Amino acid sequence: MTAALDGNALAGPLAELFAIDLATAMLTCAHCGGSGPLAAHPLYPTGPAMVLRCRDCAEVVLRYANDAGGIRLDMSGTRLLTVTQRAR
Amino acid sequence: MALVTRGFTGRRRSGPPGRLPPGQHDVGRDFPVLTAGPVPHTKLDRWDFRVDGHVDEVRGWNWREFQALPHEQITVDIHCVTSWSKFDTHWTGVRVDRLLEHVQTAAEYLVAFSDGGYTTNLPLADVLDGKAWIVDGYDGRPLLAEHGGPARLLVPHLYFWKSAKWVRGLTLTLADQPGFWEKFGYHEYGDPWKEQRYAGD
Amino acid sequence: MEGTAVRGRLTWQVATVVAATWETPQTKRIRFALPDWPGHSAGQHVDVRLTAEDGYTAQRSYSIASPPEVPEVELVVERLADGEVSPFLTGELRADDLIELRGPIGGWFVWPEHTDAPVQLIAGGSGVVPFLAMLAHQRLTAASTPVRLLYSVRSDTEIIGRPELAPRPDLDVTYTFTRAAPDGWTGPTGRIGEALLAAHAVPVAHRPHVLVCGPTAFVEAVSRGLLDLGHDPARIKTERYGGMGETP
Repeated sequence: MTAALDGNALAGPLAELFAIDLATAMLTCAHCGGSGPLAAHPLYPTGPAMVLRCRDCAEVVLRYANDAGGIRLDMSGTRLLTVTQRAR
Repeated sequence: MALVTRGFTGRRRSGPPGRLPPGQHDVGRDFPVLTAGPVPHTKLDRWDFRVDGHVDEVRGWNWREFQALPHEQITVDIHCVTSWSKFDTHWTGVRVDRLLEHVQTAAEYLVAFSDGGYTTNLPLADVLDGKAWIVDGYDGRPLLAEHGGPARLLVPHLYFWKSAKWVRGLTLTLADQPGFWEKFGYHEYGDPWKEQRYAGD
Repeated sequence: MEGTAVRGRLTWQVATVVAATWETPQTKRIRFALPDWPGHSAGQHVDVRLTAEDGYTAQRSYSIASPPEVPEVELVVERLADGEVSPFLTGELRADDLIELRGPIGGWFVWPEHTDAPVQLIAGGSGVVPFLAMLAHQRLTAASTPVRLLYSVRSDTEIIGRPELAPRPDLDVTYTFTRAAPDGWTGPTGRIGEALLAAHAVPVAHRPHVLVCGPTAFVEAVSRGLLDLGHDPARIKTERYGGMGETP
């Protein structure tokens, strides 16, 4: 329960906000410049929000929540979001 | 409007009368581990605790010095903003008053900071007068890393995200500076009895 | 280059339970009818949402076990003793019940279409579920992609997906039993590490696509073994189970 899952598990929640599947989208970390598909980032799903971290530097790249406080998305840790493949 | 699922109640319990804040449930004997990142494993010979920021003089304790401070037993209820509460938890730790007793400051707030980069903000008054501790023991044993060991902040009268795991110090500030969850729309104060979960509650 | 198709946001659909049957002593296979199912890729998952009378909700993700070629959607759910959702799905849920479901989700951990490279699937316990969809899809489309499955399971009685894993010429399944091997078993036993991967997985030289699914600790141990053997990290995809308050 303390371990991370894969960012793939964040694709459903993000579909509450985005019209395309972000599982295969590339995220570029604002802290170190490392990049990779959203689905392959470590995801910490158990806290007050889902926290996605950089594979390289472990800094936060994205936070997402949908609860009584509203839908909230923090991408201050993502410098660039690139949709590279045909999304479903 | 969500469809009600036939036969589904969840596993929620209501707990002892009068001790469950609104919107919470009793988690019973479980102690959920909520993490926003990898669990830091700081070696005790590298550990220190600092009081800095708007202070007359920065103060610090290494692990040995921290252990020499008077520890006390604490039994309190804790309330997580994700809706679980846990009753009669037993901790061992040092009152924050002890760490601040000789500090000269005009600060009214503080930011607790932790290994792994976590931060949370509190009014200074909320960690004084026996309302907050730096705890290094749980249920008679050293505090496990997954629960915030070697030491965490314990501020039981506020939602548990204020009780920063892996805490390494307090930065005293003149203005309230939002921490990790507060910047993400969680309440700047977080009183569970007023159900202050989100900014504006 | 193809443009990005905007599909519209995913919404919760009401699914009807068609059948719920025990797959193993701990897992149930649940078949749903979904009037507005848009179709899925083998390997995708769904989110399931349960709502109590007072509005309390609990939500979990489950891999789809059925291939895109069949109209109904199947999940295989493992009962976790201290869970909140899986005991309900495996114990209380029955035919004709209605349940909210959202999907399909995730175009990442999916069967690699249009590839000449072999595919190596590596499953731990109920992590085999997305691979059941992939193997049924491979069979139904008569795909020529060579595929191997390495399946780590506690004992013979806990094998999930016997119908999909039944022997056929174009499928190579290796089991390893981590707790109790069947009588007379001469195949591998114990957890999957570098040695077992070297002996039973597609060799590095064939540049396989590798998909790994199982509990977090399993996925991490297998990933380490694959990297130590020299597999290309860019060709390894992982899906960890657990979290969300329930651990497999």
